[in-house]
Amino acid sequence: MTAPAIQLQGISKSFGAVHANRDIDLKVDKGTIHGIIGENGAGKSTLMSILYGFYQADRGTIAVDGQQVTIKDSDAAIGLGIGMVHQHFMLVEPFTVLENVMLGAEGGALLNKGRAQARKELQRLEEEYELNVDPDAIVGDLPVGLQQRVEILKALYRGAEILILDEPTGVLTPDEADHLFRILGQLRAQGKTVLLITHKLREIMAITDDVSVMRQGQMVATRHTADTGVEELAELMVGRRVLLQVDKGEAQPGATKLEVRNLEVVDEIGVRRVKDASFTVRAGEIVGIAGVSGNGQSELLEAIAGIGPIASGEVELFDIEGDPTKWRPQHGLGHVPEDRHRMGLVTKFTARENTILGYQRDAEFGSGLFLDQAAVLEASKAQMERFDVRPPDPSLKAANFSGGNQQKIVLAREIEQDPDVLIIGQPTRGVDVGAIESIHRRLIELRDSGKAILLVSVELDEIRALSDRILVMFAGEIMGEVGPEASEREIGLLMSGVRAEDAA
Amino acid sequence: MNKDLPGWVDFGLLPLLNLLTAFVVAGLVVLAIGEDPIEAVGHIIYGAFGYGNGVGYTLFYTTNFIFTGLAVAVAFHASQFNIGGEGQAYLGGLGVGVACLMLDQYLPWWGILPVAILLGASFGAIWAAIPGILYAKRGAHVVITTIMFNFISFSLMNYLINEYLKVPGNASVQSRTFEQTAWMPKLTWFEGVMPGISTSPANLSFIIALIACVFVYILIWRTKFGYEVRVYGANPSAARYAGISTTRVVVLTMAISGALAGLMGLNPVMGDQTRIFLDIPQQAGFVGIAVALMGRSHPLWIVFAALLFGTLYQGGAELAFEMPAITRDMIVVIQGLVILFAGAMEFMFRPWVARAFSMRETANG
Repeated sequence: MTAPAIQLQGISKSFGAVHANRDIDLKVDKGTIHGIIGENGAGKSTLMSILYGFYQADRGTIAVDGQQVTIKDSDAAIGLGIGMVHQHFMLVEPFTVLENVMLGAEGGALLNKGRAQARKELQRLEEEYELNVDPDAIVGDLPVGLQQRVEILKALYRGAEILILDEPTGVLTPDEADHLFRILGQLRAQGKTVLLITHKLREIMAITDDVSVMRQGQMVATRHTADTGVEELAELMVGRRVLLQVDKGEAQPGATKLEVRNLEVVDEIGVRRVKDASFTVRAGEIVGIAGVSGNGQSELLEAIAGIGPIASGEVELFDIEGDPTKWRPQHGLGHVPEDRHRMGLVTKFTARENTILGYQRDAEFGSGLFLDQAAVLEASKAQMERFDVRPPDPSLKAANFSGGNQQKIVLAREIEQDPDVLIIGQPTRGVDVGAIESIHRRLIELRDSGKAILLVSVELDEIRALSDRILVMFAGEIMGEVGPEASEREIGLLMSGVRAEDAA
Repeated sequence: MNKDLPGWVDFGLLPLLNLLTAFVVAGLVVLAIGEDPIEAVGHIIYGAFGYGNGVGYTLFYTTNFIFTGLAVAVAFHASQFNIGGEGQAYLGGLGVGVACLMLDQYLPWWGILPVAILLGASFGAIWAAIPGILYAKRGAHVVITTIMFNFISFSLMNYLINEYLKVPGNASVQSRTFEQTAWMPKLTWFEGVMPGISTSPANLSFIIALIACVFVYILIWRTKFGYEVRVYGANPSAARYAGISTTRVVVLTMAISGALAGLMGLNPVMGDQTRIFLDIPQQAGFVGIAVALMGRSHPLWIVFAALLFGTLYQGGAELAFEMPAITRDMIVVIQGLVILFAGAMEFMFRPWVARAFSMRETANG
């Protein structure tokens, strides 16, 4: 019986009054893929940061290969054979693959000798693990799937025996994700240990040997993956039964509310981000836009919302109450932006102040130059109550709400203005499972009340669960329209730029 | 981790810790040149607060620093670093002086004051709005442009005073003295509590500075425009999302910032020297940066920070007089240390204090 690759005992860590990790035990066997799931804020990232030396645990012990260790920084972690692939890549984009892999392990003041060695080692690793990447390619030119492989190569190059991957599939197409899983399988076959952090239950089921579930800073269960199922894991994560699929009736589409005609968006450096996009959204339906992140959805959304540049083409809103000369949100179009931290909220502001973001000039929040503080507070309270934002404290800073509650604040603000058309980006990104359920239900309700909804999401499951029609975007182009009953493979092919007629 | 400390820690304890560190280091410097730091502190405090005339000087400097501090603070709220307070105050002084020169034959000070305020504020506003426009339209960074505008203002004022404002036949490079009826009144009401204060340059501008603080508070936290400024300053993408115009926010904020700096001109020009002279701001534009940093861009704390620097200015002059080994340059060193610790390194102690708090809370929890 070999010692486990990692054994944590009684790990606790708090930040101020927040117990991010409480008395965590975890045993990861050598040569296995071990999944760690949990909602946002459950403490997964903190735990991995402790393992990788970013934080020190307040209490508890860490043993690697049976040896008790202290990991005081990431160098120590690397020394112990622990490698990490971050959710946001830590790569130098203008450097080549080889240069990135060598970074921090150059082997001397002059590069030449180290470079030759690194090249040899890199070739060996690539062959061994099917990690094919051109060592001389510029990292910035590579698609994300390949960039991720560079991250994995980097870790292996430093002699990682234990590889931690933090939400690795968030940026990948289904195809790329499958390839990643094959690589992970290869690593396992070579005796490496993989820790996979994710909130996607299906990934856990597809690839892991064991799975540990975290909730509110505690490790609530560890199971052999073979002995559990999606329903049980979801219940363990949330602490109660969850409906993973929203019930929805047939859509009753009405008149066209939003029409986009031959829309082109060109960015500052002249790249065409949206190419000749044309579609309509009718009252009472949800149109979903699927695609891997970065394929023009953001630009499309911003152009429709009236805050991004339009190179040519038109966006037209029909039969909408409100003054058409006004800026679109005051004209019957609600916009829940993709990134609530970067755009949808001012996280430094209180919830109350965020209630009026975009509506700060509306007469209901004060006539003339001054803001009517009482009216703002009133609106904020009412919205928080109707959308069950917790805690319902309008004076709390937006940053201090959980992801799900932040999203509810944004949704509440946009929906309460009673727009005819609602465009929504990534409604459940970084939102915990429990809140996803209620946000999805709310969107279906809105649809049934006759709103026209345009939904952009990189979560294919979400698009398929909510949409009545699905448009798939790839490299700025709408590749095709499919119904919600289309298979994942069919949509996946469109997402990677293969049209139905080409595939046939 | 985003840790929120109680307000009194952020606004009270931390600045105090920074200040103490600055004084300890300054004390070591004083020790190093063989003088007694405790005695030096005594001179500073006595010089700044010990007698009416000294208090008056302290308030006079404080007034300057409140205006320039507010100017920097307002721009900060739109995440613009306006370090051109010096030039804006200089131009503001010109505006104030021009108002006095034009009207002192006809109107008493209270009749001139609204015009002086208008001209001083608009001269300063224009001087700051140009960098604002350059940034909003062309992306020229205001740090660069505002400091360049300082130099332009120095040359411009030199030229204007020499060519147009100087009294012919007189060697001093300054305008004629205003009629006495145009002079801003001294703080004579305080003569009862603080005898001698009216012999100092302290004048009504101090009250105007306090009113400006209230104005800034209302502008930033109570108006729709202030909300837009803060949204833009905190998160430009959110501002774009909310339909807030960058150009409008940046240019208007810079103009208001410049107007506040320009109003500083009231104090030395109409309140003290009663003429237009060379180097009106005397570094107050730069001290304003430290004041705004230390005062966390909040008008109330800016008053205290301005008072601190006013104290250092006036007390420092007294110190240089009483302890000749400590020269004027030494005072600048001490002020520099305060700026360094209280301004540039304002967050130095924060992690430690935050840790102490989290430990205490854990112990209590």
